[in-house]
Amino acid sequence: MQYMLLIHQGTTPTPLDPEAWATLTEAQQQEIYAAYRDINETPGVTPGQGLQSPETATTVRVNGGATVTTDGPFVDTKESINGYLIYEAQDLDAAIALAAKIPAARLGGAIEIRPIMQW
Amino acid sequence: MNPVDQAFRDHWGAVVAALVGYLGDFDLAEEAAQDAFATATVRWPTDGVPANPRAWLVTTARNRAIDRVRRDRRYEAKVLVLEADARRRSQEVESPVIRDERLELIFTCCHPALALDSQVALTLRTLGGLSTAQIARAFLVPEPTMAKRLVRAKHKIAAAGIPFRVPPSEALPGRLAAVLAVVYLIFNEGYSRRTGLAAEAIWLGRALAELLPDEPEVHGLYAMMIVHDSRNAARVRDGHLVLLDEQDRSDWDLAQVEDARAAFARACALGGNGPYVVQAAIALAHARQPRDWTHIAVLYGRLAQLTGSPVVELNRAVAIAEAEGAAAGLELTDHLALDDYPYFHTTRGELFARVGRDAEAAAAYRRALELLDDDHERARAARRLAELTGSAD
Repeated sequence: MQYMLLIHQGTTPTPLDPEAWATLTEAQQQEIYAAYRDINETPGVTPGQGLQSPETATTVRVNGGATVTTDGPFVDTKESINGYLIYEAQDLDAAIALAAKIPAARLGGAIEIRPIMQW
Repeated sequence: MNPVDQAFRDHWGAVVAALVGYLGDFDLAEEAAQDAFATATVRWPTDGVPANPRAWLVTTARNRAIDRVRRDRRYEAKVLVLEADARRRSQEVESPVIRDERLELIFTCCHPALALDSQVALTLRTLGGLSTAQIARAFLVPEPTMAKRLVRAKHKIAAAGIPFRVPPSEALPGRLAAVLAVVYLIFNEGYSRRTGLAAEAIWLGRALAELLPDEPEVHGLYAMMIVHDSRNAARVRDGHLVLLDEQDRSDWDLAQVEDARAAFARACALGGNGPYVVQAAIALAHARQPRDWTHIAVLYGRLAQLTGSPVVELNRAVAIAEAEGAAAGLELTDHLALDDYPYFHTTRGELFARVGRDAEAAAAYRRALELLDDDHERARAARRLAELTGSAD
């Protein structure tokens, strides 16, 4: 089954926020890089493309024919999606096991697992 | 009970489980199971009850399922898989072995990716054989709401790929805890509102004990439930609940208490010391006369460590009060954050009164009256308040 894993960093320190990232030790930072490397190299995983931070987002709606744009993500910045990957997994338990390895899950964020439509 | 009804009670869960395993689809499985029982209702009175009712029902259900699937174009792909399987099975010996897949079924129903409400409903429907209407009534929910809940849960299982299997050993403790939590929830629902659900929970507990005989917490939960159940006849008088101390013990079902002791002994022999085993120990300790309050306090202490529950701490304080005096118990209640819990205040009221702090006792009972729902309990609290203030407050 194919799943999209949507990564919400939440309050996780990431390199996109140098101040927050600096609160981690060198070893912790290396651990995070290594974890993402392992995940991206897991058989069945198609790594997602990197997304720039939620502050760079623009949200678009069309109201009565007029295109309206807002600065920022659709949801609260703290709740927005920061990354994704596709995983071809045996079943949901396998997807959950992989999601649990994503650093965001243990450092202040969450992973949403969404099954992809199969036509 | 007529044989088909008995077979329904005994085998519905196992038949559904076998069919979910076979068909990979909950709706098809339930329909096929219903077809099989309907056929039994017609055939058994004339043909006699089969020697192996479960095998007969599963085989009949599988055949019905293949018929249904052939006639429904949505299931075209499935037909090929099933027909290949049927050819393979026809080469099996005369009486096929029906693997008991109830464990797979219960772990699927209680998968953490499903909301707790859904886990409970699905377990009662597929393992317990309760109708949607019965489950709705038990939880005071409109039937269409319950029906929708079941549909969504089954859809989630299929769409998200929740696997039909017993979790691997490293995941088992956590997943088993989830299953036991569902059974316990069903028991509490039935126990507190005196519906037939308590019996369902006990039946599920017994099935789990058969299926997972080496898991101490399973025996612990079962023991705890039947000790509580053994007091059913004594618990209610004139339509209201009777406190444990005021119950007529001759109304307790001693056979159930013995059954509980045996299950508890099995749990201990397996080295059990988890929350359900401890709760069983507490329930059994309360059944002894006179009560060893010091021992009960130790057990509540252990349970508090395991669960971090302030209500458990409150119960421990009561045990300490009985063992060492009201002052000691009272002190233990001072720091508990239970202001919205009525029994916190009734307990404090009682303990304050025992040490002669009447004003504080009265205040506690007043607060309790703000929170209590039950008429009889309100009457009791009002009586205590009147005694303390020397007036009809």
